[in-house]
Amino acid sequence: MAQQYEFKAKYLPYLLVLPQMLIVFVFFFWPSFQGVWQSFFLQDPFGGRVIFVGLENYTRLFTDPASSYGESFRVSVAFAVCVAALSMIIALFLATQANKKIKFSSFYKTMMIWPYAVATMVAGVLWLFMFNPNVGVIAWFLKHRLGIEWQHLLNSGQAFLLVTMAASWKQISYNFVFFLAGLQSVPVDLVEAAAIDGAGPTRRFWKIIFPLLSPTTFYLLVMNLVYGFFETFPIIHQVTAGGPGKSTSILVYKVWRDGVINLDLGGSSAQSVILMIMVIGLTVVQFRFIERRVHY
Amino acid sequence: MKRLTLALLIVSMVATAAFAEPISIDFWHAMTGKNGDTVQAICDKFNATQTLYKVVPVYKGSYSDTMNAGIAAFRAKSAPAIVQVYEVGTATMMSAKGAVKPVYQLMKETKQKFDPKIYIPTITSYYSTSKGEMLSMPFNSSTSVMYYNKDAFRKAGLDPEKPPVTWPEFFEVARKLKASGMEGGFSTNWISWIQLENFSAWHNQPFGTKSNGFDGLDTELVFNTPLTVKHFETIYKLSQEKVFIYGGRENKANPLFSSGQVGMHFESIGGYANFKNTCKFEFGVARLPYYPEVADAPQNSIIGGASLWVFNGKSKDEYKGVAQFFSFLSSPEIQAFWHQNTGYLPITMAAYELTKAQGFYTTNPGPEVAIKQLLNKAPTKNSMGIRFGNFNIIREIEDQTWEDILAGKISVKAGLEKMVREGNAKLRDFERLNK
Repeated sequence: MAQQYEFKAKYLPYLLVLPQMLIVFVFFFWPSFQGVWQSFFLQDPFGGRVIFVGLENYTRLFTDPASSYGESFRVSVAFAVCVAALSMIIALFLATQANKKIKFSSFYKTMMIWPYAVATMVAGVLWLFMFNPNVGVIAWFLKHRLGIEWQHLLNSGQAFLLVTMAASWKQISYNFVFFLAGLQSVPVDLVEAAAIDGAGPTRRFWKIIFPLLSPTTFYLLVMNLVYGFFETFPIIHQVTAGGPGKSTSILVYKVWRDGVINLDLGGSSAQSVILMIMVIGLTVVQFRFIERRVHY
Repeated sequence: MKRLTLALLIVSMVATAAFAEPISIDFWHAMTGKNGDTVQAICDKFNATQTLYKVVPVYKGSYSDTMNAGIAAFRAKSAPAIVQVYEVGTATMMSAKGAVKPVYQLMKETKQKFDPKIYIPTITSYYSTSKGEMLSMPFNSSTSVMYYNKDAFRKAGLDPEKPPVTWPEFFEVARKLKASGMEGGFSTNWISWIQLENFSAWHNQPFGTKSNGFDGLDTELVFNTPLTVKHFETIYKLSQEKVFIYGGRENKANPLFSSGQVGMHFESIGGYANFKNTCKFEFGVARLPYYPEVADAPQNSIIGGASLWVFNGKSKDEYKGVAQFFSFLSSPEIQAFWHQNTGYLPITMAAYELTKAQGFYTTNPGPEVAIKQLLNKAPTKNSMGIRFGNFNIIREIEDQTWEDILAGKISVKAGLEKMVREGNAKLRDFERLNK
């Protein structure tokens, strides 16, 4: 039975949340406010001259073809969707296999989880080493054994494929753990009942197991999209630096590049404000609409 | 009791005056590995020569990290006295009025002996006003040269002591190297710095108007000349034939040369020591090739690297220390030490002569090629250097467009026009902000 406690002191609750609020204010609200403020100005990096330009930093993003913001947006969406799909499908497959009664299954499980311990930056370096068109092992194999010219420095499709693979590989472990836990909590009697009723393994999976996994799947979908959008920065930075041309320059990478390297504070702030609005939007959608339709 | 405290206070004040702690001068830099060790060694040497000042070198990360750290510290009013800024940041630092103290002013105010004529003009001009007033102290300077694989030359039946001198000869040799069984003929680093900026200076052609930006913010890029178009079209054609191999932006193409996949390569002389360590074959260093039909070619190449900027708002004593440190840095012995340990160029003629007298070039002929290339002729308004705001973005546009050209997404002519058009828009942004 739920039992409610009431604090008698009027200010104590506020005092108790104060440390957390302070942290949120200093590390979230204050920088966000600064970002919004700076997005209305052109300024030199030293802060010596500041010109108010209204919404120009925003209109430029959408009207100036040289800013290529639309392209960056499309690339980001495609990238996040591909990473989420690839890593979840592979993880689900591996989890169902590891969930069977096989020899050495705990060894497999450990091995599957291992890549998650690798820092994203290091994951990028590893993939870059293997696929470096000049000295990479796999690039050499593709070229000399299979006759495929691997040149992701110029071929934007290959570059996209490479960062997608690197980002997905890293994420498979994470998805694997959740899927495996989800599979283990599927009641065995349900599956056995279906088997007695004559459902084959494929049918059992799609009609019984997969629907029961839907909370896990949904949770992972959100986490993977967020990962693809925001946490893959080190991989892009390490592997392609946004190239060739601008073909793998995803939104978070572009914000960093324009602000930190190119010192365009106004334009970079405008981009981060747009990102912030996107995140707020995603969160609202998650809680308002989708979450209700998933059966827990 | 009170009296005792007062007495103690006075005594301690007198004592501090007599045995003053040295004034500490912060020096933020971006040098790693052996170069970083050499920076430390030079500062230690300076600190050992006198007791008034103590220069404290602090490594702050990459060039852009260091510059950003300096900017952030200035905005937070805790700037270091000296910060190392790469050459593309020069215009940004210059236009930061009130934030930096020009070196010529610093020397005058602190009455430090200072003769701008002892420096190599092609190096100091990069960091001076068009009137010749030095704004920052050149520190690590390099220039681009051609590296070639002597063993590969022998194998292809070419004379290893006769590297190609002109571009037509160069392309010919590149084809021969490829035909001899190499993966490709040549590659290049730094497409903007080497194939556009240095290419223009070496042919005494403007890269931008207004003396490449030295004479005003209303400068415009003009490098899409018929000569550059022809040059890039040739390289594009050779890339189709796999004679030219693209190795990536910045200095990422180096492994192509050091692993022996290409026989010729363009890179900074700052990479000389690195190639000495990594190349398992004999290699040579040669001047940049030129087009013989251009009357003024070859002119002189321009530098890259970084210089030391002094922040405003420090005490008079600190400035005295900085001025003394800069004089120390410019002395022939220290410059020769720096040059011989890092591969960067000496900034004074005296240091060059000293290094020559010490016999350094008999075992290391590469760096001398670079110095001679810089000194080839007195710099003109096309070869003093480049002074553009937002230069980092402009180089990025050039890198991106070059990749699109090589991938066949845009023609060479249209690509160069795009570089100029989009680059000019960035120059106008800078002008608007700094009027």
